[in-house]
Amino acid sequence: MEELRILSPTAILGYGFPERSFVEGMGRKPDLLAVDAGSTDPGPYYLGAGVSFTEYRAVKRDLTIMLQAALEAGIPVFIGSAGGSGGRPHLEWNLRIIREIAHEKRLHFRLAAIEAEIPRETVTSLWQQHRLKPLPPAPDLSSADIEETERIVGQMGVEPFLRAMESGAQVILAGRSYDPAVFAAYGIARGFDPGLAIHLGKILECAAIAATPGSGSDCLMGYLHRSDFEVEPLNPARRCTPLSVAAHTLYEKSNPYELPGPGGVLDLHAARFDAVTENRVRVTGSRFLPTSYQVKLEGVKRTGYRTVSIAATRDPLMIREIDQVVSGVRERVTDNFKAEGFDYFLDFKIYGRNGVMGSLEPEPVIGSHELGIVIEAVAASQELADTVCGFARSTMLHFGYPGRIATAGNLAFPYSPSDFPAGPVYVFSIYHLAAVTAEELFPVTVREIDPDGRADIVEEAIR
Amino acid sequence: MRVLLTSIAEVIRSKNSGPFELTLDIIFKERAVYEKVCSAGEFTPERIAALYGISPRTVLAIIEFEPAKAIKINLKRPIPSGGLGDTDIYGAQQHAPLLGMELEL
Repeated sequence: MEELRILSPTAILGYGFPERSFVEGMGRKPDLLAVDAGSTDPGPYYLGAGVSFTEYRAVKRDLTIMLQAALEAGIPVFIGSAGGSGGRPHLEWNLRIIREIAHEKRLHFRLAAIEAEIPRETVTSLWQQHRLKPLPPAPDLSSADIEETERIVGQMGVEPFLRAMESGAQVILAGRSYDPAVFAAYGIARGFDPGLAIHLGKILECAAIAATPGSGSDCLMGYLHRSDFEVEPLNPARRCTPLSVAAHTLYEKSNPYELPGPGGVLDLHAARFDAVTENRVRVTGSRFLPTSYQVKLEGVKRTGYRTVSIAATRDPLMIREIDQVVSGVRERVTDNFKAEGFDYFLDFKIYGRNGVMGSLEPEPVIGSHELGIVIEAVAASQELADTVCGFARSTMLHFGYPGRIATAGNLAFPYSPSDFPAGPVYVFSIYHLAAVTAEELFPVTVREIDPDGRADIVEEAIR
Repeated sequence: MRVLLTSIAEVIRSKNSGPFELTLDIIFKERAVYEKVCSAGEFTPERIAALYGISPRTVLAIIEFEPAKAIKINLKRPIPSGGLGDTDIYGAQQHAPLLGMELEL
């Protein structure tokens, strides 16, 4: 039977995996090691600031094991959404880790890097040509929004991977990618059904999360066949059951039957999940329905700088009056700086009241004997955010509310300093579909990586 | 018969589906109960809106997913993930109102 075996070591590069599971997976002779490194879940900061939400040493640990094993076995390694957000600095960060590993472990291989950061001018011209539309409920876009956007990435489909594979690269390091693409490209290049290849990718991108008990830091093995695919965990403590695999299809998705991606929709109306053994599941019936080619763009803009202060109260009278205290402090801050014309956002997260759910909190009554309080200021500069947060904090500490008995201070601060400058604040500004061709946005650069860092570009900007 | 959702569900969870949506998943323990829940039509935008104190228009979809004996509910986020005033970047702690939900089966 024709079979393509893909080992997915972990849900996010840097989340780790037990070496025993990995060795077990390598023992099954995979044709490809592939891993997804990205997500927008950690929020807009990481894309804007150009930093990874995973740690350098943790990513290096995972990649060291993967690269050594792959080179020994003579199989390729594909990495998608490098550095978490998959922009240019994220790709370079991951490349630096790979070079360091090559140096330390004396490894030599050809690497293809695929850029996913989209220049602002490109996005502006797509906008002018009416080739952008928001992904509801994301808001519409103005040309000023694009101008203010700090960084924009596009989620590549399988096509740039196919081009990178033609270069003979053993390692493909891709910027922001549609999660399944890094797993699906290899099978699609070999003529396997795209519906099955992409659905398998959907499951492998989260590794053992599709098993029971689930884990984001353990391996999953996928077997792609001509008319079905199978998945199995590699840790004897886990099983894949039809339910665990089907349930995973729901995860983080709006519609589990129709999953849109670049160039088409993965249609799961006819998908079947059947047990092969007690820990291995076979999936059939997944279909890929081609649509016009569209790429999802993600962009963030800087909206200011943040300072937070962490405090708490254990006073039942203060807890009873907390809403009045908060509005009183707000008024004092406004009044105090009214001559300065400061523009700022001031927020109080009251844990024990509605700190977790905000406006969605249905419980009107505070049932706790203590409240956690995070005071937050966002303003045009760090200094201004520090000023507003610090002033709100000192005002709240000594605020005289009705019925107050404890007159020495209203807040318990767990730390000195009590206030923490959190740096730039970004918000999502672009979450749009761009009507483009598969070749338009994602240039491939091929490099020879050698242990002495004499890495040379072989070919640049292949589209 | 009135039953508490927590007594018939194996999983009740929330998570972002992109930065602008929250998705709530309820995976039932037994297929027969899942089918009963679906045919009882207890999950409506109005019911969910009342639980969360939001407008039914912001309940974007309610989808029955037979292969996992699950019901998925999509809400428009009141504030996008990481937007000023957001309280839950990953959206992973917005499921609690469902824990107290009762169904008439």
